[in-house]
Amino acid sequence: MNLYFRYLTILFKSQLQYRTSFWLLAAGQFFIPFFVFAGVYFLFQRFGEIRGWTFYEVALCFGVIHMAFSLSECVARGFDSFSALVVSGDFDRLLVRPRGTVVQVLGSKFEFSRVGRLVQSLFVLIWAVTQVQVEWSAAKAVTLLLMVVCGVMIFTGIFILAATMCFWTIQGLEAANIFTDGGREMAQYPLTIYEKGIRIFFTFVIPFGCVNYLPLLYVLDKQEGSGFLYMLIPLAGALFLLPCLWIWRIGVRRYRSTGS
Amino acid sequence: MRAYWSAGKLRFVGGLQYRSAAFAGMATQFFWGFMYIMIFVAFYSHSSRAGTPSMTLGELISYIWLQQAFLAFIALWFRDNEIFQLITSGNIAYELCRPCGLYEYWYVKLLATRLSSALLRCFPIVLVAAFLPEPYRIGPPPSAASLFLFMASLFIGLLVLVAISMFIYISVFWTMSPVGSLLIFGVLGEFMAGLVIPIPFMPGWLQNIVYALPFRWTADFPFRVYSGHIPAGEALRGLGIQAAWLFALVLIGKRIMTKALRNVVIQGG
Repeated sequence: MNLYFRYLTILFKSQLQYRTSFWLLAAGQFFIPFFVFAGVYFLFQRFGEIRGWTFYEVALCFGVIHMAFSLSECVARGFDSFSALVVSGDFDRLLVRPRGTVVQVLGSKFEFSRVGRLVQSLFVLIWAVTQVQVEWSAAKAVTLLLMVVCGVMIFTGIFILAATMCFWTIQGLEAANIFTDGGREMAQYPLTIYEKGIRIFFTFVIPFGCVNYLPLLYVLDKQEGSGFLYMLIPLAGALFLLPCLWIWRIGVRRYRSTGS
Repeated sequence: MRAYWSAGKLRFVGGLQYRSAAFAGMATQFFWGFMYIMIFVAFYSHSSRAGTPSMTLGELISYIWLQQAFLAFIALWFRDNEIFQLITSGNIAYELCRPCGLYEYWYVKLLATRLSSALLRCFPIVLVAAFLPEPYRIGPPPSAASLFLFMASLFIGLLVLVAISMFIYISVFWTMSPVGSLLIFGVLGEFMAGLVIPIPFMPGWLQNIVYALPFRWTADFPFRVYSGHIPAGEALRGLGIQAAWLFALVLIGKRIMTKALRNVVIQGG
């Protein structure tokens, strides 16, 4: 853990060297989800609601998912650009060091400019929390926090899975975007609006449902039965990270250097 | 003229080689297409309460599929890193030695890249989308005239788009880093072109802004001509406006480029 923070401070200092470029990037990162959110807003202005969900309820979902995504993009950026490490053969260097590969890859990159995206989703989240008609309580706040944290774990898991594929394919896989970017776009609406097959896939295979739809029911007082279970459901989603790490270890064991 | 033609042809043939990349891309585009349609179907299921929407679901679905099929014609973030590197590394000096106009040369290159990329993807996507079960199926255009006007407007739209994207490359002469202008052009331009949500769904004040800008002529206009949302008569007039934009953008682009080249500093050696 200490080592990880050392990595972070070094990367932070190096990225601040290019100050204008850094701020430009951060501002740009702010506006990408901003326009997506504006699109959602306009659609609600036109249609009023989507399958019984109001705008602020969806905004809550949007804020949580985008926050989780931007955080995991900051943290797991090293896995996202992992194919470069494999192609160039630089991964060999990580292997000979006496530390775990996961920490080293995590520490190899950290995109601080994603802060712009984070700030945007934070605004959306705060706005939604203040506007949505719900009695807030400590338990609900904890649930919201759990949703974000476990969302980060799910996205990180996907990044790790995509990176693991590089051990077999050497090249990065464009199709992995379906689950990172696509997963984000999909999970910004409550999962009930989609068809059944999609819903099942994104609840039991990639557990986005555990961090957006199910706990949202509790936060918005729509659940049936005990709220406690719904509150802890995000943790079940976080379990997704375990098999991802396991597959990663299989991949590392199988790794053969490209030799360049 | 022949030099540009062969430069374009080389690029075009080269682009056709990346077939497996195109297949991977198609999987992504199908996913996005399905997702957008599901979201809109969910929105439409309540539309009776909020009054009639400004587009029928069928029109919207062909809009979405065409958008996915012709992504290479309309996405501003498609970039040619080679040109950026030419400018920042100083190799632009070689380009300037060529016996042809730099603007035209790059324009043809960019055009050919987009053409080959779209050619690989558009037919399979449209073909599959035409045989999907309802509500995902893309319908035929209402008349032969619409189809013809669609193809014409799509082509001029492509020319307009390449003219817009030239500004991104030209801006690198000043900023030395493509990231900023790519982000601004990409994000703002795509929103204004109706790629985030179709323009008919925007509120009135925003539509007024969008209609005054060139971006919508690249994507929104041809797709709505296809589905008949813009009737044939209006589409004909639109073609004229498209051509006017194309003329203006190329003229301004060329003028700025000459200015940039006058001040160009060749980096390093």
